[in-house]
Amino acid sequence: MTRYILTRLQHLFWVLFAVSVLVFLLIYLSGDPVRLLAPLDASPADVERIRALYGLDQPLIVQYWNFLLKALQGDLGDSFRYDQPALKMVMDKLPATLRLALFSLALTILIGIPLGLWAGSHPNGVVDWIVSLITFVGISIPSFWLGIILILVFADKLRWLPSSGDASWRHMLMPGITLSIYSIGLLSRLVRATLIDIMQRDYIRTARAKGLTEQLVLYRHALRNTMIPTVTVLGLQLGGLLGGSVVVESVFAWPGVGWLMLQGIQNRDLPLVRAVVLVIGLGFVLINLTVDILYSRLDPRIHHEQTA
Amino acid sequence: MNKQLEARRRPLDSRPPQFWVGLLIVLFIMVVAVFAEWLSPHDYAAQNLTKAMLPPFWMEGSDPDFLLGTDRLGRDLLSRLMVGARISTAVGVFSVLIGGAIGITLGMLAGFFGGAVDRILTRLMDIQLSFPPVFLAIAIIAALGQSLTNMIVVLGLVSWVQYARVSRGTTLALRNQEFMLAARAIGADTGRILLRHLFPSVLPPLAVIATVNMSAMILNEAALSFLGLGVQPPTPAWGSMVSEARSIMSIAWWNAVFPGLAIALFVIGGNLMGDGLSRDK
Repeated sequence: MTRYILTRLQHLFWVLFAVSVLVFLLIYLSGDPVRLLAPLDASPADVERIRALYGLDQPLIVQYWNFLLKALQGDLGDSFRYDQPALKMVMDKLPATLRLALFSLALTILIGIPLGLWAGSHPNGVVDWIVSLITFVGISIPSFWLGIILILVFADKLRWLPSSGDASWRHMLMPGITLSIYSIGLLSRLVRATLIDIMQRDYIRTARAKGLTEQLVLYRHALRNTMIPTVTVLGLQLGGLLGGSVVVESVFAWPGVGWLMLQGIQNRDLPLVRAVVLVIGLGFVLINLTVDILYSRLDPRIHHEQTA
Repeated sequence: MNKQLEARRRPLDSRPPQFWVGLLIVLFIMVVAVFAEWLSPHDYAAQNLTKAMLPPFWMEGSDPDFLLGTDRLGRDLLSRLMVGARISTAVGVFSVLIGGAIGITLGMLAGFFGGAVDRILTRLMDIQLSFPPVFLAIAIIAALGQSLTNMIVVLGLVSWVQYARVSRGTTLALRNQEFMLAARAIGADTGRILLRHLFPSVLPPLAVIATVNMSAMILNEAALSFLGLGVQPPTPAWGSMVSEARSIMSIAWWNAVFPGLAIALFVIGGNLMGDGLSRDK
């Protein structure tokens, strides 16, 4: 186990290194970053002064090192537009995004897994057919479009739900459904396929042969093994939910990190964009690490393989 | 063995029906995209404010000249949908080709050479997998600036990993097979072995990934266009059409509904193909 964790930590190091390089370089992809800082009518001498002021005249590797030292102290620079520490702005908006992502994850688990189990335990029946159709549509429609249709029907026409903001739990319903529709479809299809595969294994035949009821076979012997691929996909999906929040937060004016990032993009406020990317990237990395450790707990074969 | 040969002789008949339905949908949209300029009933950019926000043909007050109605500037929705298909098609096809080319190359190299090359490339795949692709695409495009080329390249760049993993696996499995040894024995150089002997076997297992990935890229493009990070107006893209329609949604809902349906149809087509291909075994 120790060796497994060491391998994971080494992996973590490389990923964090890559994320930091990407985030650092982001500001250079736009061309000369000084042009974003300097007023349009700045004289060449002024431009050079700004370049020196921000340390942008130094070699790239020195700049990266300075960036890294500052980032490790939680300093990601100030937003061009709001003159506030970018990291603080992101952290202020993070709870709203996490709330929405966790709510969507809960919807995904509570709807996706039962749907998949229901369909998978009656393969090729009517239920299976209907569930497959619904989940197929779920993974095929654009989420922003679903969000807009929901607003049109439930906010504009029926006036049941608010169309924007985050004031109450009712505000969370439509964004939550919009954000989770793809994960629900994906997860229930995966659970269904895994369950159908498992129900044909030898150990299931053994369980049946010793006279267990079908219910017991399903819940005691099949379910836990169905969870192994499920946990992996759920972990990846939580990351996907964080990423997808940019789109959904824009549809519902949900004041989270994704919404902040769009503001940053529209204002060419790259420090802000950079801070969002770093925070979401770190979140995704931590989720993956957690999933990997969970995974090895669920399936003892994995960490034996790794340590062998 | 006999069964395998049979399957190879009649590969087309063995595909389940959903593959054909999917293929038909995808081809239909691509043909419309290619011939959009001849097929579209109106100039997609022609504005006519006296005909603004006309409803589709089955509703009261519609104009038979504008089958699916018009937008807030009186532009024909059907023509705009047809021209918008070009963006989705271009992104779907070219980003898959770019992602596939990068992924196959790196995957084959990793599997064939093993050792340090494999270790570095596998690490690279792990790193890429630790980042949500759409999020990465949004970040890079935000910095690079918006254009069709940027979008295709960025979406291609963030989607190479799956191709690489599968190509690496196939290469590893085939590396020491007899036909590979034979090729080396008759003196074929590494380039020839990779390209002529390995590549044809690496491709088929990628078909499912490519079709499903095409759908994913079309969805990503739509989302980016919706956010205003795609092709800039006046060129219509389905995602930006939905976005533009938001302000008039409650009085002219068709402007938001039809482009979304078009995206969903294209994506369903690709997913059906992938579904059909993955069951064909």
